[in-house]
Order: sequence, then C-alpha cells, then structure tokens
Amino acid sequence: MAVTTATADTAVSAAPAESKKPGRFRETLAALPWLSPALVLIAAIVIYPAGYMIYTSFRKFTKIGVETGAAGWSNYKIALTYPGVNFPKVLMNTFIWVFVVVVATLVISLALAQFLNKTFRFRKLVRLAVIIPWAASVVMTTSIFFYGLNPDYGLINKFMVDIGIIDAPIGFTKSAGSAFVVAIIVAVFVSLPFTTYTILAGLQAVPNEVVEAAHMDGAGAAARYFKIILPYLRPAISVATLISIINVFNSLPILKILVESPGYDGDITTTLIFKYKTTLGPGVSSALSVMNFLVVLVIIGIYLIVVKPMKDRT
Amino acid sequence: MTTLLPTTTEPVKLADKRRNRSHGVNRKSNPIAMGIGGVLIFAIFVAPYLLMLFGSLKTQQEITKIPPVYFGETLNFSNYVSMWSSNVHPSDGLIATVVIAVFATVLVLLVATPAAYYTARFKFPGKLAFMFLVLITQMLQPTVLAVGLFREMLQLNLNDTWIAMILINGAFNLAFAVWIMQAFFASVPKEIDEAAVIDGASKVQVLFKISLPLVWPGIVTAIIFTFVSSWNEYAAASVIMTSNDKQPLTVSLPRFFGQYSADWQYVFAVSIVAILPVVILFAIIEKRLVGGLTAGAVK
Repeated sequence: MAVTTATADTAVSAAPAESKKPGRFRETLAALPWLSPALVLIAAIVIYPAGYMIYTSFRKFTKIGVETGAAGWSNYKIALTYPGVNFPKVLMNTFIWVFVVVVATLVISLALAQFLNKTFRFRKLVRLAVIIPWAASVVMTTSIFFYGLNPDYGLINKFMVDIGIIDAPIGFTKSAGSAFVVAIIVAVFVSLPFTTYTILAGLQAVPNEVVEAAHMDGAGAAARYFKIILPYLRPAISVATLISIINVFNSLPILKILVESPGYDGDITTTLIFKYKTTLGPGVSSALSVMNFLVVLVIIGIYLIVVKPMKDRT
Repeated sequence: MTTLLPTTTEPVKLADKRRNRSHGVNRKSNPIAMGIGGVLIFAIFVAPYLLMLFGSLKTQQEITKIPPVYFGETLNFSNYVSMWSSNVHPSDGLIATVVIAVFATVLVLLVATPAAYYTARFKFPGKLAFMFLVLITQMLQPTVLAVGLFREMLQLNLNDTWIAMILINGAFNLAFAVWIMQAFFASVPKEIDEAAVIDGASKVQVLFKISLPLVWPGIVTAIIFTFVSSWNEYAAASVIMTSNDKQPLTVSLPRFFGQYSADWQYVFAVSIVAILPVVILFAIIEKRLVGGLTAGAVK
C-alpha cells in the first residue's frame, strides 16, 4: 500500500495540472471550479433560507402577512404558548416519533435483511416485494392506509374484524392517540426498504470464513450474530440510521393525512409548523421552525459524535 | 479502502463473495420455515398495493360501500380511461411530478459529479470543511426549512413555479449524491487516472473518459435517490405550489380524498399509473442498487 501511495504522489506532482509549489491557497483555488456549483446551490437553497427564517422569526407581521417591524422574542412566546397547543405534549410526541420510528425500522430491517440474505425459493420475488414501498410515493402509500382504516368503508378495518382482531370497525384516524400509532406504523413501513437494502448490502461484506470459524469454535447463533456479524455491519447501520433520521423528519405527509382529529395532540413540531403557517403567519411559524431546526441540529450532533461518519473522508 | 469495492475494480474479491453466499452457515435453514417466512413478508409488503390495485378497479359506489366489499362485481378497467377527464386531472399532477423530478435529477448530476470527483481525487485545504457542509446538508430536509424556502421564493418571485421546486429538490439531494459518488470515485485506483494524465489528458477528460464509465453504478444510485426523493417531496411543494394545475401529485392527490369527496377509485388508479414505472425500474436495477448502496454503506 505504501508503495502505491508513493507512486501516486510522484505521478500527481509530475502532472502539469498540479501546482509545482503547493501554495495552500492555490490548491483551494484550483478546487473551486469543481466545487462552486455545489457551493452556490447549497448557499442559495439551504443556508440563505435558514438565515432568512431566523430573521423572519424576529419580525412582526400583520394578519395578511405584511411585515411591520421588529418583534423581539414575541413570536417565540406565541409559538410556545398558543392557546390549545399543549407544547410539552407536542415535544413528547416528537421524541416518541423520532425514537420509535428509527429504532423500530432498524430492528426490523436487521431481521429482514438477515432473512433475505439466506437462500430460499422465490427469494428474488420477496426481495422485490420489500422494495415496493420505496418505489411508491409516501403520500400514495399513506392514502391506502387512510382509506383502509376508514370506519365505514375501510377494508383494513373490515379485514381485522373478519379475522377477529377487533370486534367492530374503529375510527383509528379520528382520535389523536390511535392516529399517531397508525402513523408510526406507516412511517416504519415506508422506511423499511431502504434500511433493509443497506443492511443487506452490508451483510455481503461479512466474511463467511470468520462466521464459520466462530461456529467451529462453538459460538452459538446469538454470539455469532452479536459478536461477529453486528460489528461488521456497523458502517451499514450508521448509513441506515442516518437515512431513517432524515426520513423521520420528512414524513410530514403521513401525519398530515392520517391524523384527522381536531386540535394539536397528534402533532409533532414539524406538523405544528405547517398549522401555524396557515393560522398564525410567517413570524410565528418561522420561530417554531427555528426551534425545530435546533432540535434537528442536536440530533445531527449526537449522530456525528456517536457514529463519526467523517472518518475515511479526508 | 476497506472490504467492498465496485465490481469493476476487484473481480477476485467479488468472485469470493459469490462463492460464500451460496453455502456456509446458512445451509441449515429449514426450507419450510423459510418458505412460510418468505410468503409472510411478501404478503405484508404487497397487500397494501393489492388493496390499491383492486380499489382502482371498483366503481365509486363499490369503493365507498357500507359495509365494504373486498371485490367489486366486475373489474372496472374503464376507471383508467375516465380518470383522465375526471376532476382529479391526473395529467397535470403527473406532468408536474415528472418535470420536477427529471430536472432536479439532471441538476444534481451536473453539480454533484465534479464535486464528488474532485474531493475523491485531490487533497486541498478546506476539503474537510466542504465535506462537513455536505454532511450537514444531507441531514436537512425541505420540511425543516419549508417556511424559509417559502419566504425566499416569494422574495425571488419564484413562488408557484416548477423552477423553485427543481432548485429545492436539487439542493437537498445534492449531498447524498456527492457522498455516494465520492465513495465510488475514491475506489477507482488513482493509477488509472494518472496514466491518462501522463498521456496528456486534462482533468476534465479524465473525468469523462476514464472515471465516469467506471463509477456508473454509483451514478445510478445517485440518480435513483434524487429521482425518488423528488418524486416524494411534499413539504416544500405544499407551501410553494399554490396553483392546482401546477402542483405535483403528492400535493394534488390528497385533495381528492378530503372530507367532501372520496374519488378513491381515481386516486388509486392514478397512484398505480405513477408507481408502476418506478417499481419496474427498481426491479430491473435491483442488483445494481445493492451494489451502489454497498459502496456507500461500507465507507
């Protein structure tokens, strides 16, 4: 390996494009043409709106959305204390939502990937079935559940009555609590394909010789899984977790469609932002967005510290 | 670089893997239990979409019948014709969805490829900062910034335009594309590039003639990702696209199962039409998809 690197370095410095005297500034400058399209796009569509949102959160607006001046922290105060909104409950919902969806997705995906990695008849067909929720739009998948759980004409309700799980159709989406649970199930369902496939890909990197050797040495199935396979899967799991976290914050339509009940007890911070946007205008919704943004940054921070994805990238 | 590389570079290792997959510790699995498990998983994942398919073939009376019936009297394929002239106007939504997703994907490829290539190939001061920025962007979604995006597009007079949605989907999918393509570029041995450089090729020529053909599984993965995620995008579109006839399906479709209308047969027929091509595409590239993800996953 050392030999390869040495050759590589010689070759690079011999190349005409590389600066002979590696001035640090010049190297960065040389990179700019390649990076600037990405930088411009990120600056314009991610950083600028984030900054603008923070600014908006401190501005006052009239009912029809005309900016009238500075607002201090009043938008934040309104966002947290709006009548009818039980903010601690919303916050609690948010944490349950993130935690349950991510953990359940991961655990089920690990089992599913392990299963799909074995050889059995029609494996290809089963693997394809698992991919469908990924290929289907989340809104469309959610609409099936919304229809199926309708207490009057919903077929999922009827099916559950017919096989004896419930006695009579239930209006699952009509009350905040049950609607929230259904939304979690749908969110896990639509997240499974990607995480399962990532872990399945990771499983291909587990050398069977090592697993076999452990087997010979008398390691049981559980020991083999937790002591050998799982450590090999760490990189795959870290990618899968990351994507689940992203999905969790992006599953707004699931809650928006499935939670039919009035009030805010089935809301998480993201859905509340959209309700505020229509009822309270840009100032208050921006204030809540900024707080939500901070929550996301904290979660990203925890992810970065725990998973250390920057390793190998520099 | 660790264990897994894209196919082209290490045929030996791949051959090894294939051999391992076919036997080993797995051999003792009970075929009957495996069969039952397989059927169960298949049923769980397919059932909702079967409900959708059969729903799309019912009449409005049948699909909203109380108590409900599993199957309609006949298979009403005419829904797939009449839906185009129904109040759902699926053509508007389909066109909007396809235009936004296709152009966003092209944008991502144009912007992400040079960045991924350069960061994989060259060291320079500021690279860490750039990759960190990419990583942060990767974890943000339009949902989190929707209010800011809405205000910005209002300011730029781009509200209610597809351009706004293309830019937004492009920007938010850029990071994943850079991340995954960088892993692929990094796995192509530098020597191949350098040989070309010695022969007088420019950096741009190396990228197009040498590296890109070698990393296309990574590009396919990036394309799929951007496309599917743009196809799915809801939050930003729901605040920015206000005209009914310009909205993508994710925003326009839910209007048709609101409180006062329940054209479920059309909602489902449109969904089937929209989902089927993507499912077929995924079926074709399933193998490559795993390969593409692997490079990203094993980093």
